[in-house]
Amino acid sequence: MRIFGLSFKVIKTLLTTQYAYMLEYRIEIALWALSGVLPFIMFSLWSQNDVGNSFGLNDIGLARYFLSAFLVRQFSVVWVVFSFEEDSLSGRLSPYLLQPLHPLLRYVAAHLAEQATRLPFAIAIAITFFILNPSSFWLPSLPQLFLAYLSTHFAFTIAFLLQSLVAALCFWTEKSSALERLIFVPYLFLSGLLVPLSAFPSNVLKIAMLTPFPYLINFPAKILSGMPVDIFNGFLAQLLWISILVPSVNLLWKLGVKRYTAMGA
Amino acid sequence: MHNNPSDLIVVDQLSKYYRVANKQPGFKGTLKHFFDRKTYDVPAVTDISFQISPGEVVGFLGANGAGKTTLLKMMCGLIHPSKGLVDVAGFSPQRRQTAFLKEITLVMGQKQQLIWDLPPMDSLYVNAAVYGLSDHEAKVRINELAEMLELGEELTRPVRKLSLGQRMKSEILAALLHKPSVLFLDEPTLGLDVNAQARVRSFLSEYNKRTGATILLTSHYMADITALCPRVICIHKGKLFYDGDLDSLANSLSPSREVKVELKNPCASEQFEKYGEIQDLNDRFVCLLVSRDKLTDVVSNLLTDFDIIDLEISDPPIDQLIGELFIKGEVN
Repeated sequence: MRIFGLSFKVIKTLLTTQYAYMLEYRIEIALWALSGVLPFIMFSLWSQNDVGNSFGLNDIGLARYFLSAFLVRQFSVVWVVFSFEEDSLSGRLSPYLLQPLHPLLRYVAAHLAEQATRLPFAIAIAITFFILNPSSFWLPSLPQLFLAYLSTHFAFTIAFLLQSLVAALCFWTEKSSALERLIFVPYLFLSGLLVPLSAFPSNVLKIAMLTPFPYLINFPAKILSGMPVDIFNGFLAQLLWISILVPSVNLLWKLGVKRYTAMGA
Repeated sequence: MHNNPSDLIVVDQLSKYYRVANKQPGFKGTLKHFFDRKTYDVPAVTDISFQISPGEVVGFLGANGAGKTTLLKMMCGLIHPSKGLVDVAGFSPQRRQTAFLKEITLVMGQKQQLIWDLPPMDSLYVNAAVYGLSDHEAKVRINELAEMLELGEELTRPVRKLSLGQRMKSEILAALLHKPSVLFLDEPTLGLDVNAQARVRSFLSEYNKRTGATILLTSHYMADITALCPRVICIHKGKLFYDGDLDSLANSLSPSREVKVELKNPCASEQFEKYGEIQDLNDRFVCLLVSRDKLTDVVSNLLTDFDIIDLEISDPPIDQLIGELFIKGEVN
């Protein structure tokens, strides 16, 4: 069986090896999971000021949205640009370039393995949240859970491709992680991590929806929390962004790799 | 280009230029560097041509920055040439086609592909999957190479816990798992102690004999080159200045030989001046540099004229000769 041109054996070996590697860093990953509590901070901020009502959400709705945003973020967080930059500058990228496997696929495997390692910590944090806010407890239906899972994976794919685009600039700038800020700032404001997009003025919302960012947190979080959402157009937009970003990353990679000087190697 | 169909590697007028920017010191220099950066091309390799036949073991010699590693990187496809052609086993390396990548491997001293926190065995099984080896093939291959490299339970210990020598041998194992026919080795013994160096050398020699693999090697340790490479390619400031066998290079670099004599009784230095150039004279020990054409006569005369306990004739160390050559920059 082959998936995206890779044999099942390659995928299985990469994932199990990366999972074993991530388990070596389980404490660090627990801390990373804890460090992603920004949605909870925003929840406490908005719920105290009673601003939630102006978003069309009561306290329970707000709590469910931000818990969902936290969970989506846990499974769509991307750090490829930092690893890639380090590997590129240290020369570790060189042997990867000389193996019959696209180097970016190693980073995909590392991210997926990290997500699996985060899972128990994310569940523990969600349980703690429900203990502290028992009124906000809910269990999504199976179709809801499946769609949320799918949209979160698409969100991860878009985020990974966006960062890979910046990472490929390493072939030109060497320090492309600084450019990642150009993505992170709009991501922070337009993804729905700080506030649900329904709080935005309609003209700002219209512009935001033309970017990939609302489909990274807001869309999957709304599905998971059971808020009304245009599922068809949301998935369509996610697939559209993936179909734009895949050839863009490919092209930039091909151009960049010609400039590779194998520094430090 | 004299392209022989039996050549495995053909390098024709290959050049590589790196674009660099210079920065003057101080605040003014920093501002100028930021707003008006001046870049220029530095030649790393210039118009180099040679051919290599299957099964050859070729050493690349040169001082630091001579261009030998850049040349190796172009041949394995890691970097794109600025000019010229390189053909390895019928492939254009920089295209990095899967069939080509399965034929080659690159080992870089002190650079690792093994996952630092896991035992080498995990990385080996990733490599086996990536190169499409079955579990059985991988197991047989790992056992075979581990035996040749004298690796055992080290393969199940985290890489970070291994000594440099054990790590390097594990790196070599990982690089050779897929049975490559062309090995690019960049300083494979760098930083290893004398024993570990010798083990890596004997492994590479054995591997070449067993598999007929072509080996291209750069090393700062002359012992690596003399032990493994009948043919050497010398590079100085990006240009090729010698391509041939190591013995001929030694002969052309040093038309003289060293004659070390142990005397029964101490003698004055004037007594030896007519035999050759005195390199060293210490009590009863004399070291003379004698031209090869006079060697037989000189030895015969020494044995007749002096009461000699021991006499030894040797070539001056090749690394010393080549080192002197690089320093002098005597490029023809």
